[in-house]
Amino acid sequence: MNEKKIIELKNIAVSFDGEPVLKNLNLSISDGEFVTLLGPSGCGKTTTLRIIAGFITPDDGDVFFEGKRVNDLPAYKRTVNTIFQRYALFPHLNVYENVAFGMRVQKKSNAEIKETVTRMLELVNLKGFEKRSVSKLSGGQQQRVAIARALANKPRVLLLDEPLAALDLKLRKDMQAELKNIQKSLGISFIYVTHDQEEALSMSDTVVVMDDGEIQQIGTPQDIYNEPENAFVADFIGESNILDGVMLEDYLVEFFGRKFKCLDAGFDKNEPVDVVIRPEDIDIVEPAKGHLTGTVTAVTFKGVHYDTIVDFKGFKWLIQTTDYYGEGSVIGIVLNPEDIHIMKKSAYSGMFGDYSSYSEEFDELGDAEAAAEAEEEAEG
Amino acid sequence: MKSRAAATPFGLWMGIFTVVPMAIVLWFAFTDANGTFTLANIARIWQYAGTYVDSIWMGAVATLICLVLAYPVALSISRKAEHMQRTMVMIVMLPMWMNFLLRTYAWMTLLEDQGLLNQFLRWIGLPAMHLINTDAAVVLGMVYNFLPFMILPLYSVMAKLDNRIIEAAQDLGSNGFQVFRRVILPLSAPGIVSGVTMVFVPAVSTFVISKLLGGSKYMMIGDVIESMFVGDGCDYNVGAALSLVLMVLMLVCMSLMRKVDNGEDELGGMMA
Ligand SMILES: Nc1ncnc2c1ncn2[C@@H]1O[C@H](COP(=O)(O)OP(=O)(O)OP(=O)(O)O)[C@@H](O)[C@H]1O
Ligand SMILES: [Mg+2]
Repeated sequence: MNEKKIIELKNIAVSFDGEPVLKNLNLSISDGEFVTLLGPSGCGKTTTLRIIAGFITPDDGDVFFEGKRVNDLPAYKRTVNTIFQRYALFPHLNVYENVAFGMRVQKKSNAEIKETVTRMLELVNLKGFEKRSVSKLSGGQQQRVAIARALANKPRVLLLDEPLAALDLKLRKDMQAELKNIQKSLGISFIYVTHDQEEALSMSDTVVVMDDGEIQQIGTPQDIYNEPENAFVADFIGESNILDGVMLEDYLVEFFGRKFKCLDAGFDKNEPVDVVIRPEDIDIVEPAKGHLTGTVTAVTFKGVHYDTIVDFKGFKWLIQTTDYYGEGSVIGIVLNPEDIHIMKKSAYSGMFGDYSSYSEEFDELGDAEAAAEAEEEAEG
Repeated sequence: MKSRAAATPFGLWMGIFTVVPMAIVLWFAFTDANGTFTLANIARIWQYAGTYVDSIWMGAVATLICLVLAYPVALSISRKAEHMQRTMVMIVMLPMWMNFLLRTYAWMTLLEDQGLLNQFLRWIGLPAMHLINTDAAVVLGMVYNFLPFMILPLYSVMAKLDNRIIEAAQDLGSNGFQVFRRVILPLSAPGIVSGVTMVFVPAVSTFVISKLLGGSKYMMIGDVIESMFVGDGCDYNVGAALSLVLMVLMLVCMSLMRKVDNGEDELGGMMA
C-alpha cells in the first residue's frame, strides 16, 4: 500500500425518487489499500460501490480515478471490477467461459486466456471445475468463480459487495483469509462492503463506518474500535456502555457523580460529553475497593466469557468477564484512565449504550430497535 | 403409482386431441374413396411441390420479418419498470382480441388500388402502387397478424433476464453491442425458438390471409388444402395427404432450427 490516491469521491450526493441516499460523501482510497464500507442495511454502501463502478452517476459531486474526473465514463471503460452482492454469473456459460469473459471481450489470444483462466481457478481453488455449469455449483463455489472472473480482468480496484454474506460461518472465515491473501499478493485495492463488523475489523486497512447516507468515521480498525467518534460508531462496532458525562478539564471527566481520570483532552470546560466504556475493559473487584458498586441482574454464558448485566444506580451496564458472578451479587468495578473514552455529543447521543432492556432477543433485533424499546420501557 | 395417476389427465387429453385426430388424418391419407389402402394420395403431392416451396418461403420471410421487428420491441419492454411492462404487453396483445377476419379485411381496404394508402400516396404527390394481390401484401398480412406471437415468447424470456447479469458484462468491459452479442442474444435464444415456432407454423399453413390479400388466383398450400375440403372437386383423401406432408415438412424445419440453435450454444461455449 502506498500513498498514491487511486479513487477519490468528492462531495457525492445521490437521491432516489427525491429521497437522499448519499449526502455529501467524501472518501479517498490509496493504491493497494483494503477499505471496508461498514454500516447497517440501507445506509448506502451498495450505492457508493455502484458510483465507483460507473452504474450510477451522482447528482452532485465528482468521482476521480487517479486524479482524472470519471463521472461520465461508462462502466465498461473503467479499470474497476465488481463482485456483485449475488454473484451474477453468466448462466449460459461454464466456469471456464465465465472467468474468460472479460478477456474474450478484449479479444485476447486463446493461449493467454487459457493461461490466465487456469491461474485464476488455481488461485480460488477451483482447478478441475472448468467444464462445470455454473448453475450446478454450491454458493461458495459460485462465489469463487465470481472472484476469479473479476480478477482475470486485472482490475486496479476490486469492488466486493457483501461477497460472503450467503456463506456459512466456517466457509466465510476461510474465504475471508483467502480474499485477504489474494489482495495482498496482487497488491490491488479492495473496496469491500459488509455489515459484519468482525469481518470489517479483521480484514481491513481502513474501515469506513456509514449510517443514513453519511460517513460517521474513517479510520484503521483499531481507531474505529478504540476511538469511536460518536455513539453510533461506538455501538455499531462491538458493545459499548455509553453514559452522559461532563468534561471538567483536560484529562478529567465526571459521571455518576464521580470524577475519573481519562486520556482525552481538547474539550471545552464543563462540556457535556458521551463517555464510552467497553464491557471487556471493566475490572471487577470487591465492592469496598470499587470506584462504583452495583448489583448483578442477569448473566448469560457466551463461551469465552459471561455477559453480566450490572445495575449502577438504575443505569444498567454490560460487563464481559471470565469469572462468574451470580444474579444478585454485589460487585465493585475499577475504571482505569485507558478504559474510558470520551466522545463529543452528536445526533446519536442518548440513543445507544444502555443495557436496561438487554436480552438475547433484543441483541438480534438490531441495536436501533433495542434502543427504541429501551426508551419506551424507561418511559412506561 | 403416483406418476401414473398424474399422467392420466394428460393421457386422456392426448387421446382425444392428438392421437384420434392424427389417426383419422392418417386413415384418410392412405386410403381411397372406398376405404382401401393406397399410396396414390401421397404420390399426388408432387403436383403441389411448387406450392409447398412457395408457402414455406413466404412463411419463412414473414417469420424473419416478425423476428426482426419483435426483438427490439420485446427487449425494450423487458427493460422497463414492472408496471410499465404490464401496460405495454397489454397494448401488444390488444389487436389480437380484435377478430382476425376483420383485421385482414381492414388491410384489404387499406391496400386496394383505390385504398387509403394509395389515396395518401397520391395526396402527397407520389405515384400510386399496386399493393393488393401481391406476395408483399400476403407477407404483410402474416407479419401483422402473427407479430404478437413473436413478441410474447421473446418478452417472457427476456423479462427473466437479470439486470445484474447485464451489469456484470458491462463491468467486465463489454460495450452495448458486446453485451447484446455475448449475453442478451444467447440468453434469449429459447424465446427466439418458441417465437419462430409460434409464427412459422400458422404462417405457412394460412389460407385466409393469402385469399384476402393475395387474390383468388393466389394459392398457398393452405388454400389448396382448403379447396380439398370445401366446394366442388373436394377430395378428403388428398387433403389429408397434403396436410400430413405439410406437418412433416414443418417438423423437419423446426428440428433444423433447433439444431442450429443448439449448435450455436456449443459454438458459443467454445469460442464466444
Ligand atoms: N434503484 C433504486 N431506486 C430507488 N431507491 C434505491 C435504489 N437503490 C437503492 N435505493 C435506496 O437507497 C438506499 C440505500 O441503498 P443501498 O443499496 O446503497 O443500501 P446498502 O447499504 O447496500 O444496504 P444492504 O446492506 O441492505 O445491501 C436504500 O434505502 C434503498 O432503498
Ligand atoms: Mg447492499
